[in-house]
Amino acid sequence: MKTYLMYPDQDFNPQQEPPWNERELIQDLELNTLFKTMSSGDAFLLNVIKRALLNSQVDLNVIAYRQAVLKDCIKHAAIIREMYALTVNAIAKEKEEYWGIFGKYPPATLSRAVKVMRIFIEALKRLRSIADEQGETFVSSGFTKFFSMLKQELSDEYFSEMEEHLLELQSHDTVLISAELGKGNIGTNYVLHTMQQKKRSWIERFINFESSEYTIVISNQDNAGATALSELRDRGINLVANALAQSCDHILSFFKMLQTELAFYMACLNLHDQLLSQGEPICFPVPAPADERALTFSGLYDVCLALGLKQKVASNDLDANGKCLFIITGANQGGKSTFLRSIGVSQLMMQCGMFVPAESFQANIGSQLLTHYRRKEDATMKSGKLDEELNRMNKIVNNMTDNAILLLNESFAATNEREGSEIARQILSALLKKRIKVFFVTHLFEFAHDFYEKSLPDVTFLRAERKTGGKRTFRLVKGEPLQTSFGEDLFDNVFLKGEKN
Amino acid sequence: MSFRSILFKQVERLPKEEYLVPPPFFVDLNLDQVVESITAGKNEYNLKPFFYVPLNDIDEIEYRHEIFRDLENEKLLEIIKSFARSFQKKRDHLATANKLYYKLQKEAWFLDAVDIYCKALLDLAQGLSHLDLKSRGFLGFREYLANYVSSTSFDQLLSETEQIKSNLSTVKYTLFIAENTIKVGKYEPQRDYSEEVNRTFEKFKQGAVKNYLVDFPNRMSMNHIEERILEIVTSLYPEIFSRLDHYFTQNENYLDPIIAAFDREVQFYIASIEYVERFTQTGLKFCYPKISDSSKEVFDYEGFDLALAHQFLVGDSSVVCNDFHLEGKERILVISGPNQGGKTTFARTFGQLHYMACLGCLVPGRKAQLFLFDKLFTHFENEENIKNLRGKLQDDLVRIYEILREATPNSIIIMNEIFTSTTLKDAIYLSKKIMERIVELDLLCVCVTFLDEISKFGETTVSMVSTVAPENPALRTYKIVRKPADGISHAISIVEKYHLTFDNLQERLNL
Repeated sequence: MKTYLMYPDQDFNPQQEPPWNERELIQDLELNTLFKTMSSGDAFLLNVIKRALLNSQVDLNVIAYRQAVLKDCIKHAAIIREMYALTVNAIAKEKEEYWGIFGKYPPATLSRAVKVMRIFIEALKRLRSIADEQGETFVSSGFTKFFSMLKQELSDEYFSEMEEHLLELQSHDTVLISAELGKGNIGTNYVLHTMQQKKRSWIERFINFESSEYTIVISNQDNAGATALSELRDRGINLVANALAQSCDHILSFFKMLQTELAFYMACLNLHDQLLSQGEPICFPVPAPADERALTFSGLYDVCLALGLKQKVASNDLDANGKCLFIITGANQGGKSTFLRSIGVSQLMMQCGMFVPAESFQANIGSQLLTHYRRKEDATMKSGKLDEELNRMNKIVNNMTDNAILLLNESFAATNEREGSEIARQILSALLKKRIKVFFVTHLFEFAHDFYEKSLPDVTFLRAERKTGGKRTFRLVKGEPLQTSFGEDLFDNVFLKGEKN
Repeated sequence: MSFRSILFKQVERLPKEEYLVPPPFFVDLNLDQVVESITAGKNEYNLKPFFYVPLNDIDEIEYRHEIFRDLENEKLLEIIKSFARSFQKKRDHLATANKLYYKLQKEAWFLDAVDIYCKALLDLAQGLSHLDLKSRGFLGFREYLANYVSSTSFDQLLSETEQIKSNLSTVKYTLFIAENTIKVGKYEPQRDYSEEVNRTFEKFKQGAVKNYLVDFPNRMSMNHIEERILEIVTSLYPEIFSRLDHYFTQNENYLDPIIAAFDREVQFYIASIEYVERFTQTGLKFCYPKISDSSKEVFDYEGFDLALAHQFLVGDSSVVCNDFHLEGKERILVISGPNQGGKTTFARTFGQLHYMACLGCLVPGRKAQLFLFDKLFTHFENEENIKNLRGKLQDDLVRIYEILREATPNSIIIMNEIFTSTTLKDAIYLSKKIMERIVELDLLCVCVTFLDEISKFGETTVSMVSTVAPENPALRTYKIVRKPADGISHAISIVEKYHLTFDNLQERLNL
C-alpha cells in the first residue's frame, strides 16, 4: 500500500541527499524565514519542507501532480488536518506501547505486536471511513487514487481477517510446534502451527493420544526443566512473533509515509493561510520545459520579506521570455537583492509543486538552482577575498549541469572595477554560450555597459527604479545600466538624516 | 620422487622445530616485527619457525619462487584460501565434538567435520586439476592429492558420510506443549502459521524493517529436556541413529598426515602474499630477487624498510623508497649524513632484503639482485649498556671481534653507529682498524657512521648520504643517495610557493 501523494508512482524520501549547495541556498535566499512559517515550529514539518523545497523536481508531470493535490488540500483543509492528526496520533501511540522489562523475547514481542496492531486497525478504520464519506469530493489524481486504494485494500472482510489473527495470537500457552534436527543433533527450525484446524483428525488424535513413552512430564521441582520447556515454547512462537511485529512495522511505515507526504501539504497550508491573512496574492505557476527560456510574471514579491515584515511588500512585473542573461544594475537599496531573492525562492517553490508569491508566474524549470553571493563577513585582504570568491565560482562550475539557473549577487567585486569587469566578461560570456540562465546583480559598470553595447538578443537589462529626487520604489524596470549606482543618494540619506537628528 | 612438502624440496633440511629460535640479529633488523605482522591472525598454524630458517641453497629458493609465481594466479590463490577456510572449520567442529559429552551430539559434530574434510579435498583436487601449474611443489601435491581422493578408502568414507547426513536431515517431529507436558510424535505436513500472518499483512510492506527474531544462542550442548526429546526421536527413527553410532567408532583415523602438513605449510605462502598485498595496494613495489651465491654485485631499486613501512600503512605518512647498488669491487656501503635522516632504516632495509630473499620470499623493490649469504651479523648500539663508557667500548670491541672471527667472505655485516661512546680520535682509529679487516674479508657490509673518514676508505667502499630538502634544511627527505660525504650541505634556495594568482584562477574558470 502506497500513499503516492507526492509522486504519481514513487515515494517521497525525506532522507534524500540534500543538494551540494544547500547551505548556500538557505543563506542566500533567506529560506529560514520561509521554513519557519511553513513548519510553524514543528521539526517534522521543517525537515519535510526542507527536502521538498531544496530537492527541486525537474519533471513537469510531478509538478502538475502536486499542484493538483495541493489545490485539493486548500479546498478541503479541515479533512487534511484531520487525516494528518490521526496519523500522528497512531504513530505516537505505537511509540508509547511498552516493550517490557525482559527485553527481546518472543512472548513479549508477540504481546506488544497484538496491542499495537489493535491501535493501527483503529486508525485504518477511521481512514477508511474518511474515504467513504469524503473521497468523492476530491478531484486530483493523487487523492482519487489514494482514497480508492483505501476502499479497495481495507475491505470489511479484510478487517475481520486481521482480527481473527489477533484473537488466535493473544494467548500462546498451549502450542503445536514442529522441529527438525540441526547442527549437533540439536532441535531446530521450530515452526508454530495453528490450532484452529482441530477438526483435522490427526491433530485431534495426537493431542488426545495417551502414552507415557512419548510424553515428557516436568515435575514441579524441576526448575531447569520448566525453563527448558518455556524456551521451547519461545522458539516455537519466534517466527510468528517476528511476522506480526514486522507487520506492525510495515503498517507503521505506511503511516509514516502518509505523515511525511501530508506534512508537505500541511506546510503549504500554513503558508497559504499566513499570506492570505496579509492580503498577499498567490498563484499556481506555469512551468515550461527546462530547455526553453521563459520568464514572465506579474506581482512577484519576495515571500521571505513579506513574512518578515508581516505586511504587503513591493512587487515586480516582467515579460522576458527567451532571455538567458539578466543583468541587474541600479541604485543601492533599490530592491535588487530582494528581486533576486524573489526569483530564486519562486523558482524553488514552483519546482516543488507549490504556489508562488505572485499574481501570475511563468518560467522554465531549471536543472538546479545555484547561488553565488558576495560573502560580506570575509574581511581578509582583497586578493584573499577574490581568491575565495573565484574558488566558490570554480566549485559551482564543477557542479553545474545543463539548464541550471544561477543567481550572482555582486560577484567579482572584490577587486577594482576594471579587473572585476574583465573576470565577469569572461565567465558570463562562457555561461551565456552554454545557455545557463543567469541573474547577475552587479555594480560593475564597465562590464554591464560593454554587454549593453553588444545588444545581444538573449540578454536583458533591469535597473532599480529611481524617481527624480532620489525616491526609491523598490521596483525594477527594464533599462540601460547607468554610470553611478546612486551611492550619493544613500550617503545623503544616511548622513543628512543623521545631521538632522 | 613423491611429494612430501610444499616448503622444501628436500624435507630433511628442516631441523626439528622445537629447536628453532629467532636468529640473533632478528631484533636489530626489526625482523621480529616483520614476522609478527606476517603471521598475525594465523597463530593456529604456528608459522614463525618457518621464518627462522633461511635457505642456503639456490634451488630451494627457486622451489619457493616457483610456488609464489603459481600463486600469482588468483584462481589458485582463492582455491587454496577456501581450502584453508574449510580446514579451519573442520578443526572447529572436531574441537566441539571433543568438548561435548552427550554421545548423539559428539557423533553429529564428528560427522560434519569429516564431511567438511571430504568436500574440501574434493574441491581442492577439482580446482587444481583445471589449472596450469608450473611449480614442482604444486605439481607434486596435485598428483598426490589426485591419487588420494580416487582411492577406495576415501570413496567409502565420503559416501557413508553423505548417506548418514541425508538420513538425519529427514528426521522431523512434532511437539505439543501444554502446561507442564510435552508430547513428541512423528511429523505430519502442516502450514507455518507465521506465513499466514505474513500473507494477511503483506499489502503494507514498504521496504526492509527491523528483524524481531530472537537469536536463540546456538548452544553447543543440550539441556536435559532436549535430551529426552531426542531419545524419543531416536526411537521414532532407530535405523538412522544406530548407523551413525557405527560410523563414529569406525572412522577415527580419517586424516592424511601429508595433507595435514600441506594445510599448515602452504600458509607460509598465503601469509607472505597477504602481507605483500598490504604494501602493493598503496603503490609500493615488490619483486622476485635474483639470488647469486657468487656475484657480490647486489642492487635493489625502490626498496624500503618493511617494519617501518608497515607502521605507516595505518597512518598517513608516505613511505620513502631508496636505491642502492654495488658493482665491480664495491662491497661496503658507508652511510653518513644528518641524524634522523633514515640512515639506520636504510641499513636495516639492506639486512631485511637479504634475509627475506633467503627465505625464498619476494622483497621490497622494483628490481633486485641479492647475495646468498652464509651468515648475517648485526651490530647495533645497545642502549642498556650506556652507563659505563669504558665497559661499553669494550663490549663493542668484543662483539666485533667475535663477528669478524666467525664471518666468512660469504657473510654480511651490518654495523650501526659503532664507537659513539668514545672520543672522536679513538673512534676514527678503531673504525679504521676494523674496516681494514672487513675489506680484507671481501664481504658485503653496511656501515652507518658519523665519521666522514670511513666513507673514503678505499675502492671497495661506497659513500651514501642522507639528504635534506634544499629549501628547508629542517625537513628530512629520508632519501639516501650515493654521493661523497661532504658534510651537510645547507644550500637553501627559496622557491615560489603561491601559484594562485589572478591569472591562474581566471584560467581555471575559463570554460
